[in-house]
Amino acid sequence: MISEQAKQRMRDIAARYPVARSAILPALHIAQQEESYITPEGLQTVADLLGLTVDDVESVATFYTMYYQRPPGKKVIKICNSISCYLRDCDGLIEHLEARLGIKRGETTPDGKFTLLTAECLASCGTAPVLQVNDEFVENVTPEKADALINELDRELNATRS
Amino acid sequence: MPELIVTKDIDVPGIDTLEVYRQHGGYQALEKALKEFEPEGIVEEVKKAGIRGRGGAGFPTGLKWSFLAKNDKPRYLCVNCDESEPGTFKDRALMEKIPHRLVEGVILTSYACRVSIAFIYIRGELALAARQVERAVQEAYAEGLIGKNILGSNFSLEVIVHRGAGAYICGEESALMESLEGRRGYPRLKPPFPAAVGVYGNPTVINNCETVATIPAIVQNGGAWYGSFGTEKSKGTRVFSLSGHVNKPGNYELVMGLPLRTLIYDEQYGGGIWKGRELKAVIPGGSSFSFLKPDKLDTPLDFDAVMAAGSALGSGGVIVFDDQTCIVAACLRILEFYRDESCGKCTPCREGTYWMTELVERLEHGHGKMKDIDLLLDICDNISGKSFCPLGDAATGALTGGVKLFREEFEYHALHGRCMVGPGSQRPAAQNTTQPAGAR
Repeated sequence: MISEQAKQRMRDIAARYPVARSAILPALHIAQQEESYITPEGLQTVADLLGLTVDDVESVATFYTMYYQRPPGKKVIKICNSISCYLRDCDGLIEHLEARLGIKRGETTPDGKFTLLTAECLASCGTAPVLQVNDEFVENVTPEKADALINELDRELNATRS
Repeated sequence: MPELIVTKDIDVPGIDTLEVYRQHGGYQALEKALKEFEPEGIVEEVKKAGIRGRGGAGFPTGLKWSFLAKNDKPRYLCVNCDESEPGTFKDRALMEKIPHRLVEGVILTSYACRVSIAFIYIRGELALAARQVERAVQEAYAEGLIGKNILGSNFSLEVIVHRGAGAYICGEESALMESLEGRRGYPRLKPPFPAAVGVYGNPTVINNCETVATIPAIVQNGGAWYGSFGTEKSKGTRVFSLSGHVNKPGNYELVMGLPLRTLIYDEQYGGGIWKGRELKAVIPGGSSFSFLKPDKLDTPLDFDAVMAAGSALGSGGVIVFDDQTCIVAACLRILEFYRDESCGKCTPCREGTYWMTELVERLEHGHGKMKDIDLLLDICDNISGKSFCPLGDAATGALTGGVKLFREEFEYHALHGRCMVGPGSQRPAAQNTTQPAGAR
């Protein structure tokens, strides 16, 4: 469900650009914030707002890696595995997290809590290896730090459930 | 004390706020520009400064500004904050820590180029950086530093912070414009160049984040002052992002022309190779460019010297490889990046990045053949200079250098089915099994 406030934010953003179509990327970010991924309703909302076809909006939404086409877990963990993180053993970290979460990269835990993804260079090479949880950085990640992070995220998710 | 220009005061608590930024001299350059200079005068100062683009191509900034088409169409500025070149993390630091310096540079650049709307295109993955820059822009609007009749002058400007959504190709200037206009990030044919036909078909100037963030200092202290640092054709200072197998990775602002050795080994910078190991190779300008071997350590870090040494200064992303690194494995990891990021528009890059990655993957995992090595070089030759945009060239940079400088490692993989050095050399050699076609 895309709220009225979200639709208004999209309209306000579109009004700032000389050509409304430029607001596709910001509008899709808002749609994903509302529904956690890009749904048919999200595509339709953006299309209606900007006077485009759904196919046109979908062609844009499927080009960019930050827009999810399927529901992700509550916490999306993206681990950089480009060259500078590779040099600091991101591969070991990825394997460690795969074992800890019981899933492979690209998958979501059956309870819907965690999605584990790899990502291309996240511009944090000086503090490698690095990951993001829902787009916020966690840097200098050792296996111990990763375990503590998952524990903390688990606590947070359990607290919001109860 | 080395001169810090673009990272000056970056660690002052609160420097990301307008108040503290102003306390440290912020926005004085803007006041000076509006009071004492015509727009063309600012362009002249930047030409005098000799600053070259800090994104990767190193094009002279003042010259680029002077290319803007002289017609009545509204002009736009795009600030390229789509920092995605592997090994590079300098723009993120500027945006997160001292966003007002970028914003002041945006206003100054817009004034100089008679721009009416400035778009700050920030890669989507840098959520904090985007929040910091957006907040700085709002603070500037509130103080009359952006908007109508800035500081009482007749210069008006709108600034829009535009977040990307995950695409390295959108750091290429024409793909950035496509993305900004709300389309898939496919590069455009050039000519026409952005200075003539850019965003929405209007004259557009596109500059890197660090380049724009340097403009306030140039205006404040003068182009001649900035040009007094650095070498003859590479003026000023730049931020180098040091990563990989060094003791102290991080961002370091250096005067142009200091030797590569200083950045890697000096105690106030990289502090030498980690774990007591030796240096094997270094990529000086981001993963789009070739390796340099230790014999090139005395190369001055300036655009022309690094090119003469066989690589490029590029984005300033200095990636260091120790003597336990398998170059074939490193090349594979680099190639995977370009394969994943290729936009798919043109055949040489779309097919070539996949093909190269497959071949190096086979070599790395013990199923490669000797003839694959020359085939790889042939594929590189069919991509480089023959792709629609520079991503194709970038995809071949490290591999071409890797094969030229470390051919024996590739041959070792073909002959013995495992790495010549590093942990991979302990693997048992792959059996000479028949690989069914299509199996991975």
